[in-house]
This record gives sequence, structure tokens and C-alpha cells, in this order.
Amino acid sequence: MTTTTTVARHAAGPSSLGGGRRAGLAGTLRSEFIKIRSVRSTYWTLIAMILVTIGLGALASFGAAQHPNQLGPGFDATQRSLVGMILGQLIIVVLGALTVTSEYSTGMIRTSLTAMPRRGTILAAKGLVFAGVTFVTGLVASFASFFIGQAIMSGKHIDVTLGDPHVLRAVIGGALFLTACGLLAFGLGLVLRHTAGTITTCVGLLFVLVILSDFLPQSWQNDVDRWIPFNAGAQIWSAVPAPRSDHMFAAWPGFAVLASYAVIAVIAGVILFRKRDA
Amino acid sequence: MIEAQGLTKRYGGTLAVDNLSFSVQPGRITGFLGPNGAGKTTTMRLILGLDRPTAGQVTVNGKPFARLASPMREVGALLDAKAVHGGRSARAHLRCLAETNGLPARRVDEVLEMVGLNEVARKRAGGFSLGMGQRLGIAGALLGDPAILMFDEPVNGLDPEGILWIRNLMKGLAAEGRTIFVSSHLMSEMENTADYLLVIGRGKLIADCTVADFIAANSKQSVQVRTPQRDELAKAVGAAGGTVTEDGDGRMMIRGLSVNRVGDLAFENSVRLHELAPAHASLEQAFMELTAASVEFRAGLPGEAGREAVTAGEVA
Repeated sequence: MTTTTTVARHAAGPSSLGGGRRAGLAGTLRSEFIKIRSVRSTYWTLIAMILVTIGLGALASFGAAQHPNQLGPGFDATQRSLVGMILGQLIIVVLGALTVTSEYSTGMIRTSLTAMPRRGTILAAKGLVFAGVTFVTGLVASFASFFIGQAIMSGKHIDVTLGDPHVLRAVIGGALFLTACGLLAFGLGLVLRHTAGTITTCVGLLFVLVILSDFLPQSWQNDVDRWIPFNAGAQIWSAVPAPRSDHMFAAWPGFAVLASYAVIAVIAGVILFRKRDA
Repeated sequence: MIEAQGLTKRYGGTLAVDNLSFSVQPGRITGFLGPNGAGKTTTMRLILGLDRPTAGQVTVNGKPFARLASPMREVGALLDAKAVHGGRSARAHLRCLAETNGLPARRVDEVLEMVGLNEVARKRAGGFSLGMGQRLGIAGALLGDPAILMFDEPVNGLDPEGILWIRNLMKGLAAEGRTIFVSSHLMSEMENTADYLLVIGRGKLIADCTVADFIAANSKQSVQVRTPQRDELAKAVGAAGGTVTEDGDGRMMIRGLSVNRVGDLAFENSVRLHELAPAHASLEQAFMELTAASVEFRAGLPGEAGREAVTAGEVA
């Protein structure tokens, strides 16, 4: 593989490459969009997230349709069809973590920062691209789950439509929920810079905490449960408010709690990313 | 032009870079020489803003690297050929870099052609050999057609063909008037490529001079002799003020006396000589002598900045 090196003549200063422009957010957004599109793990995780979310929602809807008479007055057909979010969140967490931690595990971060040394810009671009991609695929997963679930339940007339109260908010809320979970992982990834550690921590926060709280005394649960990330965030994809006895937040305040956890993680990540050696 | 002033970097208890001040002048190849662990990579990371200095500062064209309007158009750097996401194709990798600085996609194809990777542009970088990875890294450095290029140990682990390719590439780039700052622990490599040297040992600058000056100042003149009457000659040399060392090959290395003087001494003492030659000082030897005790030795050679000249010999 012998190559004759013919390097274009070198002009000192701005060359024919459209020099003079300042490297900024617009170009870095394009760069990060290419990054996320050009690795297979993005496609696999997003496809898995959509399929698992739809699949679990369909299964739960099928289960409800089998025993329509046993459903209580508080039955939430919207929530039932979106219940796949419970697993979808765990998969989007993998993508959120990888978006950041793969830069560290491969060493790409050093190359990225050599091309775009303004760290705030690179993080803003990365976060916006990830959030955008997650929200859009989250909408696909959420709407598909909803329509498939309602179709399954329509035979027993326990289904709802997008026009019913709070339903559209809940279905869009599914995508918001996934995006917040993903950003929590994104922020933690910046803090931990380690794929397995980040994913494990996120699974602990989003999944294990819910289970652990079951072992608390009832009086504690009344105060603690609503603050648990999943319990808080999941209210946004319910169309029927949780019974008063559950002591849960309403939809938007609950989502605000989950979003706050994500924002705290991202802020901690940004501070450390700007401060630490790469 | 790269300028460092009092650049210092401490990692925990280790002082990796210790009060370095130097400038890399435009339009020539400056070799950055030092044994492994001397602080070469850390210095380059500091220049690129990957690490934050503990003290001091370093600028590129008068500004910290992160403040350059379009960093890739001013500096191209290859620190680590493996610093690539293996799942991305060569072309996608370069496109990611190019977009950050608003460089056109056609430039990506140009540099792929330059480094001879156009055939494998769509292949995933994870499957590349070390040599191909090095070419990909160099392609990335050339994307912005920058006037300054930095390479950290570019020939490390390459086969002879790859080494020759990099060497010619650097010479070609320098001939176009670019500034090349290249690190190596291979003295022979620097002797072949560099015009000017910065030598560091244990984080400290120990020389800042041209390659020729470095050899002249740091390699003591020696005479190489082979004789069956070793002891007689050693005695005569000692009496005349020279020093004798063995080079292990049955030869004696004599220092402190000229070739003529050693020949005369042998004649006067009736010592038969089988070989008598001036030892050619190589950069390698000079480097070994200088860095062997880099903590004690400080040799600032007459550089452009007119720094104080203290040669290793005088200090020793």
C-alpha cells in the first residue's frame, strides 16, 4: 500500500476551505448528529426500546381485555397500553449512557476535543441531539403502544381515544418520560465516565428504588414513594390520576420531580466535564 | 507558533511537566525528544487544552487553543491513533470532526485520498491495523489544512514501510512551510527528520537547540581503538590525561584526547594498533548522555531566545 503523498499546497492563514468562520454550535450539532447516526448501537437500542415498549404494552392490554369485569373504576386504559415504558426506560438509559461513556471507553473524547475544544459547546450539542433523537423515537414508541393497546382493548369496549381527557398529554408524556430518563443517564455518564457503572446506577435509581420502597413501613411510604424517580415521572403517562390514598404527585408536578433529578445529574456532569482533564 | 511559559502539570504527587518554557517556531520540524514518561504527551495534551495546567500557560498563535476561532484550521494533532470509535466508518469519523469546524465533506474525501484510505473509507475503523489507524489519525489532523501539525510518537509500532511513509509525509508538510511539532523517544528518528530539538527529561527542559548543535555540545569527542596491548595503552592514555572505557566489543573508547594524540601515544609506547578511528557522535549517544541523569543535568543550549548556555559537560 504505497501512497504518494500529494498534499495540497499550503496557504498560510485561511485557505480554500471556507476559512474565517468560527467553529460553533451549529456545526457541532451536525457533528453530533452524524456521531449518533453512524454507530450501530444507536439503531439496536432504539429499535429494542420501541419493540419492548410496544410488546409489553400490548401484553398488558391483552391481559386487561381478558378480564374486563374485574377492572376497577380507576382503570386507566391509557396507562395500561403505555406500561411498556417500565422496560423502555431501562433501554433508553443504555443509549443515554453510551452517548457519553463510549467517547471515554474508545478514547474518542480526546479526538473530539481536539477538533472542538469548547467543552460547553460540545456538551450542549451532544445533549440536544440525544434528547431530540430520544424524544422523537419515544413519540413513536408511545403512540404505537397506545394505538396497538387500544385496538386490543376495543373488543371489550374498555378502550379510550386521544380525544378523551388527559389522554393526549399522557401519550406525549410517555416520550417526555423516556427523554428525562435518558438525560438522567447522560448526566450520570458525564460524572462516572464508565458505561457499566452508569447503567447500573440508573437501573438502581429508576427500577430498584421502586421495589425497595415496598419494604418500608406504610407511614414512611406515604412520604417517600412519590419522590422516587419512577413514581414521580410515571404520573405523566397516566390519564387517570392515582387514588388519593397513594399519595402521588399529579402529572406535571410528578414529571417536574423526575426532570429535576435529570437536570441535577446533567448539571453535575457539565461542571465536572468542564473542570476535569479529558 | 506554540509558546509555553512556566508550564507545569502535577497529577497527584507526580510532577509530569515541570516549569517548561519553550517556543515552537514556524516553518520547520521541531523534534520533541525524551525518554518514555518524560512528559512529552502531557505537554502536548496541555497545548491542546485536554489537560489544564497546574501553573503557567501555553498559547497557539497567541491564544489558548480553546479560544481559536476554528481550531482545526490552525492546528492538526494526532495524539493517539486509537482514539477513535471503532464502530464508526473512517469516513463517518472524519465527517464528525469536519462538521465541528464547518469543513466541507469534499475535504474528507481529499484527506482520505491523501493518506491512501479511500478504498476502506466505508469500513469500520475498529478493524483497522495500527498503520491504517495512524493514517486515519493523520487524515483527521490534515482536515483543516492547518499551518501547525502536532504528532505524538507517530512511528510507534509501525512497520518500516509505515515509518518511511510518515517520515516523508512530515518532510513534505514541512517543505510546504508548515510548522511540525513531533515527539519521539527514538533519537534515530529525530536525526532523520527534525531540524530543531526540544529535549525533556522528567518533565524538565534540558535542551533547546538545533540537531547539529545538540550533538556537538552533548557528545564528548571520543576515539575508538582496538589493540592486543590494552593495558599498556590504557596506562599511557591515563598518563596523558585521557579516560578509557570499554565498549564491550573488545574495543576501547578513549575520551579527552584527539585521534592524532592517541596514535602518537601508541607509537611512542610501541603499542600495536588494529584499529584507530574517531567515534562519530550520534544524536542517540548525545541523548543517552544527557538524559541519563536528567534531574541533575540542565543544558540549555544557545537557542534563538538566547538562553543561557550551560552545557552538560560543564555541569558535570
